Amino acid sequence: MLIKFKKEKETLTAYLEGEIDHHTAAFARNEIDTELMGGTPAKLILDFGGVTFMDSSGIGLVMGRYKTANSINAALEVSNIPQNIYKLMKLAGLEKLAELKRKD
Amino acid sequence: MKNEMKLTVPSISANESFVRVAVAAFAARLDPTIEEINDIKTAVSEAVTNAIVHAYKNEVGKIYITVTADEDKLKISVRDRGCGIENVKKAMEPLYTTGGEERAGLGFAVMESFTDRLTVTSKKDKGTTVVMIKKIRSKYGCK
Repeated sequence: MLIKFKKEKETLTAYLEGEIDHHTAAFARNEIDTELMGGTPAKLILDFGGVTFMDSSGIGLVMGRYKTANSINAALEVSNIPQNIYKLMKLAGLEKLAELKRKD
Repeated sequence: MKNEMKLTVPSISANESFVRVAVAAFAARLDPTIEEINDIKTAVSEAVTNAIVHAYKNEVGKIYITVTADEDKLKISVRDRGCGIENVKKAMEPLYTTGGEERAGLGFAVMESFTDRLTVTSKKDKGTTVVMIKKIRSKYGCK
């Protein structure tokens, strides 16, 4: 699991790469929260374009980042979601917390 | 022809990826679609994670994985000798979790929706067995 960040005006984008499971989720959580709290942007984008596998640990990760973002009044968007991961996010009802954008 | 494989691993989180990839590799001979392989990997990952996070909460124990392939049917069993689940029905409710706030409480819901049949049997202090059946449809479908 690898995460790269891009800051553009009021938007922080986290590009997630690799597999998200219980083993890697804690690392992702710490990385994103540290970056998020350090800059207090108006919007957080989690880019899932490079995510090759995700189980419900990834749902917990998105739900948790929603809470962190919400605590600093930042909106959450999840973008570039691969089809199989989108299926899981819909099952969890994540569209209620974040704007979900599928990968083309 | 019926085929079978068994795996025993300690309940350390690094094994989550190993087990799901191993089961997916075994399932590959049934000629599944990429979606079916993804479903299998996700469901296995949930079962193994449950054993690590809940069954062996404060210890490292063994997780026993048995997979049988028969025609188009894959049967995956994930067993532990951990603490067991006191109320299986409650544990299987979506969003119910005892794993803290970063756990979504969706493990069983995902296993249920990504496979064709899910059976959970558990006994307190004896352990839990999760059995999942996944039918590989692609072989007989319009592929």
